[in-house]
Amino acid sequence: MQKFFHDAVEFVPILLQGVWLTVVVTVGSLLLSTVLGLLWALMRVSGIGFFVGFSAALINLIRGIPIIVLLFYIYFVMPDFGVALTALQAAIIGLGIAYSAYQAENFRAGIEAIDKGQIEAAQTIGMGWWLTMRRVVLPQAVRIVLPPYGNVMIMMLKDSSQASTITVAELALQGKLIASSTFKNTSVFTLVALMYLTMSIPLILLVRHFEKQANRK
Amino acid sequence: MIELNDVHKSFGKVEVLKGITASVAKSEVVCIIGPSGSGKSTILRCINGLESYDRGDISVEGARVDRDAKSIVAIRTQVSMVFQRFNLFPHRTALENVIEGPLFVKKEPRGQAIARGRALLAQVGLAEKADVHPPKLSGGQQQRVAIARALAMQPKAILFDEPTSALDPELVGEVLAVMRKLADDGMTMVVVTHEMGFAGDVADRVLFIDGGVIVEQGAAKSVLNQPQHPRTQDFLRRVLHPM
Repeated sequence: MQKFFHDAVEFVPILLQGVWLTVVVTVGSLLLSTVLGLLWALMRVSGIGFFVGFSAALINLIRGIPIIVLLFYIYFVMPDFGVALTALQAAIIGLGIAYSAYQAENFRAGIEAIDKGQIEAAQTIGMGWWLTMRRVVLPQAVRIVLPPYGNVMIMMLKDSSQASTITVAELALQGKLIASSTFKNTSVFTLVALMYLTMSIPLILLVRHFEKQANRK
Repeated sequence: MIELNDVHKSFGKVEVLKGITASVAKSEVVCIIGPSGSGKSTILRCINGLESYDRGDISVEGARVDRDAKSIVAIRTQVSMVFQRFNLFPHRTALENVIEGPLFVKKEPRGQAIARGRALLAQVGLAEKADVHPPKLSGGQQQRVAIARALAMQPKAILFDEPTSALDPELVGEVLAVMRKLADDGMTMVVVTHEMGFAGDVADRVLFIDGGVIVEQGAAKSVLNQPQHPRTQDFLRRVLHPM
């Protein structure tokens, strides 16, 4: 145990650099996936044939490709088409796109859960589609969507470790580098696990708060 | 003011409106009565474009109602609607519900919209409930807020779709009282209702609809008191003497 604390003092500062990148990747891809997911969801419920078909096809395409393959594609294949991204950019874009499919389905479920009478009431006071969405549907859908959104946040935090496969030195990769150079696997990976857990706990509490709020109504 | 000419409407293979021809004059109160499933609500919903119709013509002040045309927004701001289940926005207060249309559709200045909104809530007897959210109001109060919301658009006519059917019996009166006052003030109203007392007292004309056609129509008192058609007689007997 004493050895563990000794190792901790030595490795934590290095691992914290990885934590920073983990946070950057998670927050960046969360924002991107939220914007894209909302866009796909709005297209899906727009009732306009082309948009509905496009977003449905896109969501299935994204869902059908493993995140790691998507990351490889963006980081290793795109340069062949003249789009060269840094590893960090590629990680954020790849994870953002991958998760936009799940976000979209979550948002769509929230939008479709809103009573049709709400939409009709908005129409009868002369609101168009976008105004109805912005003023009536989305504010009510947020309550329904927040608990699963919180879960997506937790999943993204953990899946940000996949960025290590394209050389982003986030927490998991940082840990692997230290472990392979010091052979102190137990100490290092215990620390890595504890750090992920520490970051997850506030998110878990946030989800619980969202759920309480949604149930209170 | 509202004209319907040979309006047909089907849901799938079921034809719910089989050629409705009717008109509503300015300041007139027309009640539509009839058994459930007869197409009463569908008529209202076609008038402000919540439903499309297959054949015939509907016009409001000469403008053809077409739910897929841009002109539908202008028609909807002239013909408001009050729903059976109120359909208030639960995430906004009573006052916010009332001023939502004036602020965001008509782009009224905020101060003016709020002042008018408060006056309208006072008019329906709910001045002190302005800052309460709908789920905390009784059904009767919610429906009165919904009427204030409809009035806030300064409509030329209001369509009422069974406005008291979802209410507990003791709350029906307060809503009917507000509607009666509107009628006295000269509002053009089309009311789908099962309240025969209201129809008899307030309506100028009554349409009896059954099976998607207008079976009988005329002055309210004569249709309700001396119905000519056997189906009208049968319906009124069932409604007035359910035992």
